[in-house]
Parts: sequence; structure tokens; C-alpha cells
Amino acid sequence: MAETALTNPGESPARAAGWQGIADDWSSDQRAFKNVSWGKAMMWIFLLSDTFIFSCFLLSYMTARMSTTVPWPNPSEVFALQIAGHHIPLILIAIMTFILISSSGTMAMAVNFGYRRDRTKTAILMLLTAALGATFVGMQAFEWTKLIMEGVRPWENPWGAAQFGSSFFMITGFHGTHVTIGVIFLIVIARKVWRGDFDVERRGFFTSRKGNYEVVEIMGLYWHFVDLVWVFIFAFFYLW
Amino acid sequence: MTSTAVIDGQHPSLHAHAHETVAAGTTHAKGQQHPIKLYLVVWGWLFVLSTCSYLVDYFGLHGYLRWSLILLFMVLKAGLIVAVFMHMAWERLALAYAILLPPVAVLIFVAIMVFESEYTHLIRVLFFAAPT
Repeated sequence: MAETALTNPGESPARAAGWQGIADDWSSDQRAFKNVSWGKAMMWIFLLSDTFIFSCFLLSYMTARMSTTVPWPNPSEVFALQIAGHHIPLILIAIMTFILISSSGTMAMAVNFGYRRDRTKTAILMLLTAALGATFVGMQAFEWTKLIMEGVRPWENPWGAAQFGSSFFMITGFHGTHVTIGVIFLIVIARKVWRGDFDVERRGFFTSRKGNYEVVEIMGLYWHFVDLVWVFIFAFFYLW
Repeated sequence: MTSTAVIDGQHPSLHAHAHETVAAGTTHAKGQQHPIKLYLVVWGWLFVLSTCSYLVDYFGLHGYLRWSLILLFMVLKAGLIVAVFMHMAWERLALAYAILLPPVAVLIFVAIMVFESEYTHLIRVLFFAAPT
């Protein structure tokens, strides 16, 4: 065993881009995702699996809506509100959309300030994101209450195809659950940021790994995904 | 590799961001670093696109015009969120393709279910239509 394997002590050579880069990264017999930590890669893979879950929900909704012989209730009317005597179609959903997009904006900025190690701004922006997310869930609770009062059930509704209720409760319910989990997750991470855990690399209580500001970005990936799913729900369920 | 996707990024245009952040005095920061202005611009565009898709409903557009506009605004919004907010534009292609290509397979599933539901609809019309 005179010859030992050479380790690479310094900078690794420049990596190829494009297709050559993909082939090199995946065939290197090491790790495929070169400059992405395991945490970020796993969050992306989790989000990919979640994409399939929501795809299945939207597909089952499409199948139900395409195959029913009964007219589908008009979402524009179902989700209309009377505001100051004016009948405005779909207004509640539009406001919810703007709130969720704003929460994505504040989250993106929180990630940015995190990498600048500005923990006060990061924590405040994360808490603002959580507040906007909680507002969204509150408006969704209002929407559910209104529809249930009007007689919408998973098996029937006053306006048309019975599958409307089951699709609605399934899709928005699952999305709302994601938002709620995200709000809790945001508050937990914001507390860690506020306490300065990521400045002193304090070890996590469960994983006992050193914390760093990448955790904020991973949290952000989840939050933006929730916003992303809403973009598709808004388009296919509410607008179509 | 502590350097960012921006620093060793393959797109020449992205180097501009790196220089701006350097100029802003954050040379020691690691991870994804982009000017705040970029996020504000994307935020603004998401508002504009959401307003547009709401107006599609508000003005009661119908048929293929409505559906194509809805899909257009949806794809643009989704693209902005994934590319900029989730930083996919600055990741290496090995990750981007691993995450973005599998959902394309869902489109095949969509095609299968379109055939399936048209068949179901036909059968329902033929055999279960309400007696008149």
C-alpha cells in the first residue's frame, strides 16, 4: 500500500456546463448534486414528490369535471362576494392570491438577509411571512364556512355536479394544511434566527447538526412551493 | 465548494449580480446572493400577472381565449417563482433537470385521463341520460 489515493486539497477544477456538465455530475461515482447540500437536495426531492400528490388531486378533479353529465358550478359566481353593495366575482380568491404572493416576496427577502447574516431583518421578514400565511389560512376558513353554510358538501351542492364539493374540500384542504405546516415551520426557524443559532452554529436539538443560514433558504423552498401550488389551483380550479 | 452558483455560474449575464453584491460589501457572504431589487421586480411582476389572470375572469372571457390566457399567466408565474424565488436559475443543470423533468411525465397522465373521462362521459350520455 505504498500508493495512496490522492485527495484534492485545494480548489476543484472548473466544472463543465450544459449537457456535458449533466453527464459529468451524474457519472462521477460521487455525489450528483455538486454544490447543493444534502438538506437542500432532499427538500427539492420532497417537493418533487409533493408535486405528484397535487398533480394527482388536480387530475382527479379534471377527470370528474370532464366526465360528469351535470353542469359544473360556476366558480366565478360561487366565490363572489357582496362588498359595499357591489357584487364582485371571485374577489376573495384574488385577495388570497395577492396575500400568498406577498408572503413569497417577504420570504425571498428573508433568505437574502439571512445570507447577509442580518438576523434581525431575517427574523422579522420570516415572521411577516408567517403572519401573511396565517391570514391566508384565516380567509380560507372563512371561505369554507361560507360554502358549508350555503349547503356545499363533499357529496352535494345546490348548483350542479356533486363532485364540485369533494374536489374543492380535497384540494384546498390539502393546500391549506401545507400552508399551516409552513406557518409553524416558519415560526420555529424564525425563533432560531432571532436567537442567533445560525451565527454561533448552535447544534439542532433533534439532529445535533450545526445550524447555518442555509436552513432559511430550505424553509423558503417549501414556502415558495406552497405559493407555486396555489398558482396551479387558482388557474385550474377557480379560473377554468 | 463554498462559492455560490452565481460566482461559478455558466451564464455571463449572472456575473453582473455577483459584481453588484461584491460592490454592496457582502463579499464574505455565502450561498445564494442576489440584489434585493431582483426580488422586488419579480414580486411586482407576480402581482401584474395575478391581476391579469383575475381580469380574465372579471371580464368574463370565454372559450379558447380564456383557457390559453389562464395557462399563459399560470406558466409565467410558476416560472418566475421557481427560477428566481427558488433560485433554480442559478443551480447546476444536474439538479434543475432532475427536479423539473419528472413533472413533465404528468402531462402523459393528463392525456390518458382525458381519453378516459371522454369515454366515461360518452357512456354516461348513452346509458344513464335522464329519461325525458
